[in-house]
Amino acid sequence: MGTFAFFYFAGIIVATAGMVVAFKNPIYSALALLVMFFHVAGLFVTLHAEFLAIIQILVYAGAILVLYLFVVMLLNLKREEHFHRQLLVGVFLGCVLFAEAVLLVLKGETTLGKSSPAADPALELTGGNTESIGELLFSTYLFPFELASLILLVAMVGAVILTKKGILEVKS
Amino acid sequence: MDTGIRLALTLGQIGAVMVAVLLTVALLTLLERKVLGWMQDRMGPMEVGPYGILQPVADGLKLFFKEDIIPAGANKFMFSLAPVLSLVPALIGFAVIPFGPDWTVDVGGVNFKPFVITDINIGILYILAFASIGAYGIILGGWSSNSKYSLLGGLRSAAQLISYELNVGLSIVGVLLLSSSLSLVTITNAQAGGFWNWYFFAWGSFPQAIAFVVFIISAVAETNRTPFDLPEAESELVAGFFTEYSGMRFAFFFLAEYGNMILVSCVATVLFFGGWHAPFEFLQGPESLHWLTGMFWFTFKVYGFLFLFFWLRATLPRLRYDQLMRFGWKVLLPIALGNIVLTAIVEYIFP
Repeated sequence: MGTFAFFYFAGIIVATAGMVVAFKNPIYSALALLVMFFHVAGLFVTLHAEFLAIIQILVYAGAILVLYLFVVMLLNLKREEHFHRQLLVGVFLGCVLFAEAVLLVLKGETTLGKSSPAADPALELTGGNTESIGELLFSTYLFPFELASLILLVAMVGAVILTKKGILEVKS
Repeated sequence: MDTGIRLALTLGQIGAVMVAVLLTVALLTLLERKVLGWMQDRMGPMEVGPYGILQPVADGLKLFFKEDIIPAGANKFMFSLAPVLSLVPALIGFAVIPFGPDWTVDVGGVNFKPFVITDINIGILYILAFASIGAYGIILGGWSSNSKYSLLGGLRSAAQLISYELNVGLSIVGVLLLSSSLSLVTITNAQAGGFWNWYFFAWGSFPQAIAFVVFIISAVAETNRTPFDLPEAESELVAGFFTEYSGMRFAFFFLAEYGNMILVSCVATVLFFGGWHAPFEFLQGPESLHWLTGMFWFTFKVYGFLFLFFWLRATLPRLRYDQLMRFGWKVLLPIALGNIVLTAIVEYIFP
């Protein structure tokens, strides 16, 4: 059952990810991406990471992709007639990544066989993974967590300064 | 065998909840016009049936038999998909709402909770996530209609939903801090024993009354109701994103709007007003009757909130677009954040 679910989700993810790039209409691409986000969330659920699954939908599907659609419609991009001239770079990067994946599988050093932390029964008994994630974020991973928030703050300030061009000139 | 019983029970439950929700929607279409009528000193619909009570049936039949028009130049696939994308998220949220006592019944060896379809430990996040998916139906409906008014309505709605969704999410954090759970069943159980334990009052801790006000304002905005109904403003956008829709597809958008109203009322009831708990212990009745009184009080509170929606519609004029954005980002957001900080401090000092 678990294997079947994994291959269903993985297959749909690969197919829709391909569709995102292949569709010429940006709106169709966005919808394919939406389907993909849901299936990634499904993968999280099969790993007993319900919190991550819902956050995946809430953040990516609910906020980021809506903003994408918003921009696409505002600019009224009807069709992307030509593919961008990134074919060579794309093929090169694809080959590198594929080679890496093949090497990893050949070496056999994957974590597939090992038990994931989510499958630990002790964690499930402590009241779900939401609390475990919270505890980890504020103890073991406190520094990366605060660092990420700082980077986001910089991005926010940057966005404000870029869009409101008058701000800096008035002060100087 | 167990799987079969569980499947049958769950499907039955889903069916019962869906029938209840759709009946409530039908009732609301009549109630809204009646309440608006009374507030404006007129009678409301009076022609169909005694006192107009068969009006929802007539409306339903009309929508069902109306010609289904797809405008020329519209994207047919998206045009058909949009109403479904709008309706499904509105109905799917009811899966985690507890509308009665937290009982577990043993049916043929299967543990079965009769008053909640599924008690997942991230219930409230699940509702928020699917509420945000509802925006797709509106945006795509507006875009695929190939009409300026629809597109404008869709874009306005996208901006509005994103802005106010944030406030909804932040305003409930206080409740989550007090209950230390994301499960709606646990949150309801934590509010037992009288109205002073409801998180709106939260006796002995920080009351969530301010958070509730932020929540209800943002909820009205998220359901696109007056005074935040800019996406469908009749006088400027000729009904906005569903200008071009007719027949059953229009009915889907309509159902989604009312479904969302009911869902938001249910969430407000569960989070701030104790769910199915009565305001006083003695009003709850004996233990064996809790299912009856529980469902009564739940329905009573939900209809109270629905009445509030109608009341707002009859009272307030529509906001301008820039006012809407300024209010959401510069007024509601700081209040919601301040509420989180205060609740956390009070909860830390008086745990």
